[in-house]
Amino acid sequence: MSASLPVVRSALRTFAIYGVYIGASILFVIPFVWALSGSLKNPYQLELFPPEWIPDPVLWRNYAEIWTIVPLGRFMWNTLFIAVLSLAGQLFTASMVAYGFAKFRFPGRDVLFLLMLSTLMLPIHVSLIPRFVLFYKLQWVDTFLPLIVPNYFGGSAFAIFLLRQFFRNLPKEMDDAARIDGAGYWRIFFQILLPLSRSALIALTILGFLADWEDFLQPLIYLQSTEKLTVSIGLRFLAVTASSDISGDPTTHLLMAASIVSSLPPILLYVVAQRQLVQGLVLTGSKG
Amino acid sequence: MSHRTMHDTPTRESLAARISRPFRLGVLGWYEARWGLFFITPWILGFLLFQFGPMLASVYFSFTDYNVLRPARWIGLDNYQYMVTTDPRFWKAIQVTVYYVVLRVPPTIVGALICAIILNQSIRGRVVYRTLFFIPSITPGVAAILVWTWVLNPHYGLLNYMLDQVGIEGPSWLGDPDWAVPSLVMLGVWGSIGGTSAIIFLSALQDIPESLVDAARVDGATWLREQLHITIPLLTPAIFFVLVLTIIGTFQAFTAAFVSTNGGPAYATYFLVLHLYERAFQSFQMGYASALAWVLVAFLLVFTYLQIQGSNRWVHYGGD
Repeated sequence: MSASLPVVRSALRTFAIYGVYIGASILFVIPFVWALSGSLKNPYQLELFPPEWIPDPVLWRNYAEIWTIVPLGRFMWNTLFIAVLSLAGQLFTASMVAYGFAKFRFPGRDVLFLLMLSTLMLPIHVSLIPRFVLFYKLQWVDTFLPLIVPNYFGGSAFAIFLLRQFFRNLPKEMDDAARIDGAGYWRIFFQILLPLSRSALIALTILGFLADWEDFLQPLIYLQSTEKLTVSIGLRFLAVTASSDISGDPTTHLLMAASIVSSLPPILLYVVAQRQLVQGLVLTGSKG
Repeated sequence: MSHRTMHDTPTRESLAARISRPFRLGVLGWYEARWGLFFITPWILGFLLFQFGPMLASVYFSFTDYNVLRPARWIGLDNYQYMVTTDPRFWKAIQVTVYYVVLRVPPTIVGALICAIILNQSIRGRVVYRTLFFIPSITPGVAAILVWTWVLNPHYGLLNYMLDQVGIEGPSWLGDPDWAVPSLVMLGVWGSIGGTSAIIFLSALQDIPESLVDAARVDGATWLREQLHITIPLLTPAIFFVLVLTIIGTFQAFTAAFVSTNGGPAYATYFLVLHLYERAFQSFQMGYASALAWVLVAFLLVFTYLQIQGSNRWVHYGGD
């Protein structure tokens, strides 16, 4: 008895851990299963009580219909377009600024760096309205420019912070050697720092894409024409305009199908790239 | 050769010491400084154009009557006075926002902590579980809200169906003024506890020295006591950090209410940022909305300050 007790206890423990794991996973996943089930029904099936988990018949054509009732493909393309152009500017200028903060000495550097970090804490709302006024006067409202151009000025403070950490952890002998060889700062930047920082840049690309796909408030205030909306705003547009069809029947099945389709790109990206994401973030040394 | 001298100063000097040290530059120093400033120029311009400049303008707007089309008209403190004395929605918005923060923050922190502790157990397939836990937090906000609106549908939704199975008649959730905020809390907690906060806790957990945990086990501590007396105290700096960020983020709640209830029913989910959005971009009262933005900042500052003040009572830093 006394000999088998630890074995029993460890078996129980394993059992309990698995139970908690599976229970938690179900809580996280079940809304998606419910949405998937709903996305394959018709209005009549949606209102059955008790509900059926597996619809009969299964209406795959709902997934064909969502591309025609709103330009969902267009919304996704717009978001991708904005994300790619934003990230190009953000990664390039954030790397430049991080290089300046990491490898040079100049008066006021540390004060400026602290100032930059403190902007992380400020809510966007204090600059939102004047920025809107500025872009309105520039006649940039209902274009992608207000969502793209600010990224060409250092990108986000978070990206600068992360890259600076990364650059500082690179052995300085490397750029010393390059300088002895007569390499200028630009060459060190392009030929040594950027290639060595691939993992951090990839991590920032993933995070940036996820953030742009999710972004709501800014696209909401700047974009107006239907064909210019991003995924998030487009989904809301769909929810508002198509909450019921002409005959007054609910269109929940279409909303669910559109929600699932527009969740897939970020989820797939995360699943495919999570190793690079973790690696990039850990290598920056931000953990310690 | 002389370039090497540039790097002679120790890089690990404390920030405060470096700021207070007078700066002396030789010819080469000036050359380096110019290049350094050149490389950070994009940020300096961006800061002035898109952050500091707009902030100054926002302070100014908050003392004016401004609708974009006509020039701003200085009205002194009228916006602030109207806000606290006359605006029928302001106090409601404050009340709703604070209620949401109070209801939302504790389960978010506790939930993220539990997720991190579970994910820290050595078990097969951990990466799969980590992914499953993380997925809600990267699901686009609007998609998650639409899915939850369907889960919470009073007549045909999953939650009320499950409650019905155990003999409870569920409320109409987002449609019920008493349940609308708790519904948004549920949605928000689901969408955030497996995300970045859990990751921060997880990396803090992995920094706990094995020797401490082993010592406790040798002393015969149960799993629960081990968590309460060793793990949690060592995590308090991380908990504090996540708490501050979560409160700041929760005060700015907008998207969920805007998409699911648009502030209703009966203004039950009318958050401060929703009020700001309506005033700025639907009524074009840019001056008044700017004043609301500064009230939001004031709230954040006060709450963050109070937390920093209170933190030395419960946050244990490793050094002392």
